[in-house]
Amino acid sequence: MKLGREEVLRIATLARLGLAEAEVDRFKEQLSHILESFEILQQVDTTGVPPTTQAITLKNVLRSDEVATSLPQDQVLANAPQKDGDFFKVRAVLGDT
Amino acid sequence: MSAIIDPSRLTINEAHELLKTRQISSVELTMACLKRIQQIEPKVSALVTVTDELALSQAEKADELIASGDLSPLIGIPVLIKDNMCTKGVRTTCSSKMLENFVPPYDATVVEKLNGAGAVTIGKTNMDEFAMGSSTENSALFPTHNPWDLERVPGGSSGGSAVGVAASEAIYALGSDTGGSIRQPAGFCSVTGMKPTYGRVSRYGLVAFASSLDQIGPLTQDVTDCALVLNTIAGYDPRDSTSVPYPVPDYTRCLATELNGVRIGIPKEYFVEGMQAEVSAAIRAAVSKLEELGARANWEVSLPHTPYALAAYYVIAPSEASANLARYDGVKYGFSYPETGNMWEALEKTRQYGFGPEVKRRIMLGTYALSAGYYDAWYLKAQKVRTLIRQEFDQAFEKFDVLITPTSPTVPFRIGDKVGDPLQMYLSDLCTLPINIAGLPAISIPAGFAEGLPIGMQIIGKPFSEETILKIAYAFEQATDWHKQKPNI
Repeated sequence: MKLGREEVLRIATLARLGLAEAEVDRFKEQLSHILESFEILQQVDTTGVPPTTQAITLKNVLRSDEVATSLPQDQVLANAPQKDGDFFKVRAVLGDT
Repeated sequence: MSAIIDPSRLTINEAHELLKTRQISSVELTMACLKRIQQIEPKVSALVTVTDELALSQAEKADELIASGDLSPLIGIPVLIKDNMCTKGVRTTCSSKMLENFVPPYDATVVEKLNGAGAVTIGKTNMDEFAMGSSTENSALFPTHNPWDLERVPGGSSGGSAVGVAASEAIYALGSDTGGSIRQPAGFCSVTGMKPTYGRVSRYGLVAFASSLDQIGPLTQDVTDCALVLNTIAGYDPRDSTSVPYPVPDYTRCLATELNGVRIGIPKEYFVEGMQAEVSAAIRAAVSKLEELGARANWEVSLPHTPYALAAYYVIAPSEASANLARYDGVKYGFSYPETGNMWEALEKTRQYGFGPEVKRRIMLGTYALSAGYYDAWYLKAQKVRTLIRQEFDQAFEKFDVLITPTSPTVPFRIGDKVGDPLQMYLSDLCTLPINIAGLPAISIPAGFAEGLPIGMQIIGKPFSEETILKIAYAFEQATDWHKQKPNI
């Protein structure tokens, strides 16, 4: 599985991960190398084998819908890089700025 | 206190006896560890944060409680916490620039449980960034050094926790294990490290890496201490929906010195090409020792899907990581790229500068494996192979009580040796990661040395058979003295 430059950039966009030029080249080589060695997975016959998403057998863990105490607002906001009063401050979603 | 030469070298069990009989106070014990940290930390760099003030206030409180008759097994005893477990009011960095200044507003459940048991938190330990790595070289802050040879890695990702215990900076530590991150550094530093069954210990407040694999466990100086810590941290937690509602036994009760009737299997696929000869020799000798104690060993066990475990793991774990780490957007907490007003640019640059190379590599790998057109061939395929690996273990446990393997194929490698080749680094988890894939419990205990460098033995059990594992580990430990050897540092 050889990854091309375009493919690396496509994955980076999906992951919303900015990459420097040197990183694009490095990941192209390294990820190709890693994926090539992982192709051995295709040798395994998995016909009729169900996938495992987690190893224990708990299913449909539910809790009762009750009001409980939450963290106070000031503590929740204490780590915010930018805030405005009682709100997290975000960059404009629409438009250029 | 005069009779005790170096209190920082006490086990939990020994320290408890001395605290109980008032031969030492928690403040004295804590001061001894803090002094040791001051001496040794410039050489090993195991700690991200030393919480000396917090520790001393907790120690004073513990001494008061002891005076009033509270004799909980962990009371007044200093512990180190891996820096991916939330500690209220104490910086929790994950050894990442992304969380360098993150101060959690709450405690992880395990921290809450330790606090409730009167523990003294002495510091937070260095790790591979977001627990991704096998050498602690991926820490964005600084590398940690192995106390047995400062030029070598301590293993990872819980490298700081293993070194903290091996170098007597604290009496014990907590680590987390997604593919070997407790057991491999425990093996590399000659301490005891256990990954409990998936679901045995609550992960609430553990910074998520790969949620179907992550588990918290103890790193200690011996098996008794491991059982004591597990007694405190195990159990159901409604805040972690993957924690199981099974009762927690007293894990110290199962410790025994004879192993009559115990059936041990040694899966041959774990003795891979490239395994160091001294490592396989040490495991052979250890199994002979277990046979002397009454166990029956079978060397003809085969787990034929083992060679596919590494690839399956490195598809599944990065896939889950790519989803878990999507939360780092520079808005709610963590690093935020300041020099732009554009939302998309801010998001991409925040992640570009906040994450280190290995974290980015895994996000890329996982995003690829989950992306449209590749999901079936990679992620779904790996999940199916996961089923086959699990089934193979299930079948083996119909015939055997435990399986035994080396913890790692080699002794600790030199710092810098594998950083340029991610695939070589991944191979050092070869013996440990299948256990996470199957959700099983496993321990690494000291089993020898090769030219002064530690060798670990891994004992694997069926789900929720921690007692069987601890029993066998304890019997081996009582019949050997590997665990008593300390690095000369």
